[in-house]
Amino acid sequence: MTLRRPESPFRRLGGESGLSEAKSRDPFFRQRRKGRSTTLGATVGRRAFLAHAAAVAASVTIVPFAAHATPEALAAAIKEVTGGKPLREGKVTLDLPPLVENGNTVPLSVKVDSPMTADDHIKAIHVFNEKNPQPHVFNAWLSPANGRAFIATRIKLADAQKVVAIAETGKGEFWTAHAEVIVTIAACIEDIT
Amino acid sequence: MANVLVNAPKTAKKGEIVEIKALIMHVMETGYRPGTNGRIIPRNIIGDFTATWNGREIFRMKMSPAIAANPFVSFAAIASESGTIAFRWSGDEGFVAEHQVSITVT
Repeated sequence: MTLRRPESPFRRLGGESGLSEAKSRDPFFRQRRKGRSTTLGATVGRRAFLAHAAAVAASVTIVPFAAHATPEALAAAIKEVTGGKPLREGKVTLDLPPLVENGNTVPLSVKVDSPMTADDHIKAIHVFNEKNPQPHVFNAWLSPANGRAFIATRIKLADAQKVVAIAETGKGEFWTAHAEVIVTIAACIEDIT
Repeated sequence: MANVLVNAPKTAKKGEIVEIKALIMHVMETGYRPGTNGRIIPRNIIGDFTATWNGREIFRMKMSPAIAANPFVSFAAIASESGTIAFRWSGDEGFVAEHQVSITVT
């Protein structure tokens, strides 16, 4: 039986029936005999059992993260740059692919609609995320010498989440845009071995 | 010396907006991943990146562990005068890398 793994929760199934050790540990063998599995304490169908096993396996892979930024941490990080000033939607264009296959390198660009003159320019662009271990992604400082308020880079995303871009004008106004991203392979979960 | 790749035009018209792209080889280790021995690999990232045009700062960026490995940055600048564009990356474990390109503005 290739499906049997010694460290799996299936182990608890073994023992009392007088079958050989290997066979009695095999849930599929038992299911064939009894028509149901009793691991979960009640009558559980094979599909439900497999779904549960898959859910356990999925939850185990998320463990390596030491911490997650939370919506509160995101709000705190934003407040740090804005100093509590109001954020206005608009002017900022945050370009991110809506579906990301690999969270280790996600192309991101931020464009801000601004003439970039001495009187009216973008002083800084800040990018934050919601669910990486830290809310910060980057802060970039610009000046009228840039001619265009534009920055492109590549970032890491640990989970499907919201990314927020904030542009600070020379006059101290804050404009914002956000994007929701779905990530299929998360950054920094992969095993190095 | 780290491997650096910079893409900027060699010539530009005065007042033209040029796009400058800079790429550097770096692991950008986040400090959140366990290694083969199960211990967390210490953080090793580039924290700061600056670009100067003839000594005048035109772009500065503060990076976090959320920047992908081999950081790539692209930004714009107005071609003001002929000279050199200098790039400087610095980060954890005393990492410093510098690179220069020259540009002729007509």
